[in-house]
Amino acid sequence: MVDPTEQSSVSDTSGPLAQRSGGVHTLRESNSALYRWLSSIPPSYAVFACVLLLLPAVSSSFVLSQIFSWGLILGMIGLSLMFLGGYGGMVSLSQMSVAGLAGYMLAILGSSAITDISVGWPWWLAVPVAIIIATLFCTVIGLLAVRTEGIYTIMITLAIAAAFFYFTRQNYVLFNGFSGFNGIKPPVLLGINWKNPVPFYYLTLFWATVAYLSVLYVSRAPFGLALQGVRDNSRRMAALGFSVTAHRVAAFSFAGFIAAVGGILLVWLNGQISPGTIGINPAIDILIIAIVGGLRRPIGPFIGALIYVILRTFALDILTSMGLAGERFQLLIGLGFLVIVLWSPDGVLGLWDKWRSRVTLRDPWNRALGKSAITSANKSPSISADTDKPL
Amino acid sequence: MSGLNTTVADRLQAAGTANALELRGVSKYFGALAAISDVTLTVKPGERRAVLGSNGAGKTTLFNCITGDFLPTAGTIRLFGEDVTQFPAYERIRRGLRRTYQISLLFNELSVIDNIYLACRGVSRARFSMLRPRVNDALLNSAIDLATVVHLLEFKDTLVANLSYGQQRQLEIALALAGAPRFVLFDEPAAGLSPSERAELIDILNNLPSHIGYIIIEHDMDVALRVSESVSMMHNGLIFKEGSPLEIESDPEVQELYLGGAHE
Repeated sequence: MVDPTEQSSVSDTSGPLAQRSGGVHTLRESNSALYRWLSSIPPSYAVFACVLLLLPAVSSSFVLSQIFSWGLILGMIGLSLMFLGGYGGMVSLSQMSVAGLAGYMLAILGSSAITDISVGWPWWLAVPVAIIIATLFCTVIGLLAVRTEGIYTIMITLAIAAAFFYFTRQNYVLFNGFSGFNGIKPPVLLGINWKNPVPFYYLTLFWATVAYLSVLYVSRAPFGLALQGVRDNSRRMAALGFSVTAHRVAAFSFAGFIAAVGGILLVWLNGQISPGTIGINPAIDILIIAIVGGLRRPIGPFIGALIYVILRTFALDILTSMGLAGERFQLLIGLGFLVIVLWSPDGVLGLWDKWRSRVTLRDPWNRALGKSAITSANKSPSISADTDKPL
Repeated sequence: MSGLNTTVADRLQAAGTANALELRGVSKYFGALAAISDVTLTVKPGERRAVLGSNGAGKTTLFNCITGDFLPTAGTIRLFGEDVTQFPAYERIRRGLRRTYQISLLFNELSVIDNIYLACRGVSRARFSMLRPRVNDALLNSAIDLATVVHLLEFKDTLVANLSYGQQRQLEIALALAGAPRFVLFDEPAAGLSPSERAELIDILNNLPSHIGYIIIEHDMDVALRVSESVSMMHNGLIFKEGSPLEIESDPEVQELYLGGAHE
């Protein structure tokens, strides 16, 4: 990480006035918490952040939109499933419906090419209202789903996803039926047209990071901790004074909010939304993304989403280059996921942990200490060890 | 309690306010099977009671009814004078009731300190807080204190799944002592403990603040009679005898039941 003293010497040379360097000094002191926070970030994370920030410089606009922006958005929707499934033990198949409702609401309340239906509210009003409606929708799904456990939660949420899909396809008054809405544009703000690939990439990167960090943060806060308690042992949670039902429903609200933000971005990326966006297949795709990436940690869905979009985008090219018929691309995608899940039930994250533990055990020093990376990687840091870090 | 309630003590007794826990005619049927039938039990504040009985006598069912894990088929349950019969478990816990489980019910994927912290948080405010606890958080400190009580401080960052059986039993007790308990139900806390751990357990129970009453289910008579001041005997879902540990020990009917007529 950047050494604070080094940085102050740099600012000293750039500003020769003593007064100015004094100003920098007080600024540094007031920001000491920030410095501590920055220096607590592992170098690998900093490198990874730099790569994400510098991507637009090296990738084409097609790759930027169709791989990275799309991947980040699907990762966010997958993250909402990871939050419910990984921390709450509730696998919900209706997260794509929640995202879709946010998108639909944006199209209906904001402006689109379907002027007969779209109300034409400005984006700053339509977006928050759409997110609130979708979050409420997810809360209602939670109210219905939390009365069940395990496979029945999956069934109920799948039924809701199916019902919502058929409803949007058959309702022409509000949802414009089969064709849905098109011509939905992100706003032009601060002189930037956010529809352009580079600004839009940064927009999705920003919100995906916010969603990722907030899930990470909440997972160690009382709310997230209690949710993991509910996952591990709901009966004991009730015997500690927690209302298990209320906690599960609140988890659905929180996850719904993340999915809703993802839904808004998805509609802005595609410029359109139709029942095909929110059908059963996309709903299952979100589950695949979360499971392939790994449900244990919030980074999992983003890894899964990246693999998914890469396979989706290039499977057809790979097949045709091998002289096979291109229409079988779904087969290749399915095989890819099958291989990952067979190899590691914990998804890509599980493979990563396994590899880390093997490398650590090969190191004679660690072997002597009996250290195993898999335990340290899988172990969520304890709340007490964690309090001095802001995240 | 029958007849005219003449004295103040009688009237308080009738209202149920004089007792920490009061069960009146509590029954629980699973289908046609009466797991407990017509149990009437009063425990005064600070009183330490042992419930003894053979397997299947209904002891754990009694605990489950008191904590609200399930509702009784008939009867009323009062906690510090308040009728909690229809309350969900978490509402009873927030009123000062605690319990441990015969088979440890812990959060295996969380660390020891997180387990205790959750127990402290469950009976305080801001259960839904999205903010992480700061350094010197009051609840975190009391969680650390509780970890010290049960000798788990050095394992505070260990995942519960990696603890030994005895340590899990100790954590089970720490969870039940979180917050400000007023009445605790211990369900066979000594089961599976080594002799030294048993001595430790007896020490913890005997050193609890005197206002904390409890009911303890225990098969080990040696433990049960040393930590309780009164004993209720259960058999086939009924409480058939109450008395002091000495009386119970020397009671011929109890001996008959426990020793199964081995002297004949």
